[in-house]
Amino acid sequence: MNFLNDPLKVASDWLTGIFVSWGMNDVFAHVLVVFLGIFVLILILMVIDILLVWIERKVVARFQDRLGPNRLGPFGLIQPFADIIKLLIKEDTTPAGADKIVYNIAPMLSMMSVLILWAVVPLAPVMLGVDLNSGLLFIIAAGSIGTLSIIMAGWSSNNKFSVIGAFRQVAVMISFEVPMLAVMLIPTIFSGSMGMNAIVQSQDIWFVLFSPLAALIFLIAAIAELGRAPFDLAEGESELVSGYNIEYSGMKFGMFYAGELLHAFTFGGFWAIMFFGGYRFFGLELVSPFLAIAIILFKALVGYWVIMWVKYTVMRIRIDQMLAFNWKFLTPVAFTLVMVTALMNALLRGADGWLYVTGMILANIVVAWVSLEVVRSTGKKERERVEGVKQVVEAHH
Amino acid sequence: MTAEQIIFLIVGAATLLSALLVVTVRDLVHAALWLVAALFGVAILYTLLNAGFLAVVQVVVYIGAIAILFIFAVMLTRRQAADTGAALNKNWWAGALMAVLTFAGLAFLLQGWSGFSKTASAIPSGFDAIEQLGGALTSPVGYVLPFEVASVLLLAALVGAVYLAFNKK
Repeated sequence: MNFLNDPLKVASDWLTGIFVSWGMNDVFAHVLVVFLGIFVLILILMVIDILLVWIERKVVARFQDRLGPNRLGPFGLIQPFADIIKLLIKEDTTPAGADKIVYNIAPMLSMMSVLILWAVVPLAPVMLGVDLNSGLLFIIAAGSIGTLSIIMAGWSSNNKFSVIGAFRQVAVMISFEVPMLAVMLIPTIFSGSMGMNAIVQSQDIWFVLFSPLAALIFLIAAIAELGRAPFDLAEGESELVSGYNIEYSGMKFGMFYAGELLHAFTFGGFWAIMFFGGYRFFGLELVSPFLAIAIILFKALVGYWVIMWVKYTVMRIRIDQMLAFNWKFLTPVAFTLVMVTALMNALLRGADGWLYVTGMILANIVVAWVSLEVVRSTGKKERERVEGVKQVVEAHH
Repeated sequence: MTAEQIIFLIVGAATLLSALLVVTVRDLVHAALWLVAALFGVAILYTLLNAGFLAVVQVVVYIGAIAILFIFAVMLTRRQAADTGAALNKNWWAGALMAVLTFAGLAFLLQGWSGFSKTASAIPSGFDAIEQLGGALTSPVGYVLPFEVASVLLLAALVGAVYLAFNKK
């Protein structure tokens, strides 16, 4: 057992040994080492977060045919650090009539709800915070803390725009939680576990091949959960200025902003873990845990890139369109897909790998085709109805 | 005292304090937020009891859904979120008496239970609580009937809610 094969255990044993040799209690030393591990993970994440600001700017610039930050340092790499300094030295304002305690707790909760997600992310076969057997539900639970932070921020700012923004955002989040949770059951059906590591371990064939529709629905629900375009109506610059975080300044605003970016990156990671094999890549993950970490980070970045791609391509939709899309289309499709997948899984249980994949893909295509057909015919009927009303109105004139 | 007991005492005290603040704080949104704190404390207690699944469900259902709906309802229905008027009515002593009696009754019942003073036996390795729970909820010899009845009840509530909210043309 050397450092290259299991770095986490070796490092923790080494540190515990040092602490015990200083005359520390065994249990206390262990707890301290765990705390240090969490601290280091959070530090690394925050540094990644700073770089994500740079990535986001560069990528959006590419999508909009610009160059992006390119003055400070190579490729403008110093820009995000300058941004951080700017945020730190800005005046910290609190609006009159704000609920001070709630107002100050909200950005912390927002950041916390994102960081806590990394407790269940398997970075490598041997490197993960906790292997919770209800890992998928944990994501939803952490998301509900995020929801709470938004409503706290909106309410405590004593500003009607921020309250409206918070209402919209929370409406989006609690409604898109439903298809997301339903779709998360599909990797659970395939792997027989809700634990992240077990899901990754059972992906000899990536789950996206079993159920591409589920991967797509998860991505849509994740984008809505993140409150990014096309579902960023909480922000709605033209009508709400900037939504729930309108009254925040300096680093408190920075916490919301950085939290959003890290959240998007994290959900890119979850997308990879559930449907794209997590840290697995043709056996490369077995060579070294560091390689596995590189693979999962790369896959998370690809997921993050897709989320950005959607954000900067699609325009914002209205709240009634969005809720109708969720409740009348996405949720029924997600539930149908879960039922069909469970049924197919029971039918094909004994079948060998490729037969199973073919059956599952066929089931997915049928579900997608039927749901699109239903939408098409409903849309046609609606258009005919509107056309009929128009003709009647014109005949009256 | 073990570390677990210390954590239990701290979390228990925090939960009780938040629960007390829920009913004494004037501002209704603050009361809802203290309710969130109390529910979170209960989730931590579940974790201490090795019931991780229940803890996560507690957070999803009670904080993610119910508490958020409370806050929504308070914000949408009231102009002034603070409550005025007396916090207690003249029957407060009866309520207090009932609370004390209930606590005493529960304590008395638990006193007679053989597991009350025993330490919990260690969970065998490879024991999957979710699997056990799922099996119990779906096996005919387990709790499939209560589970189905509860599902039908929830479905009826759902249909009722849709019917009430449905805009008749």
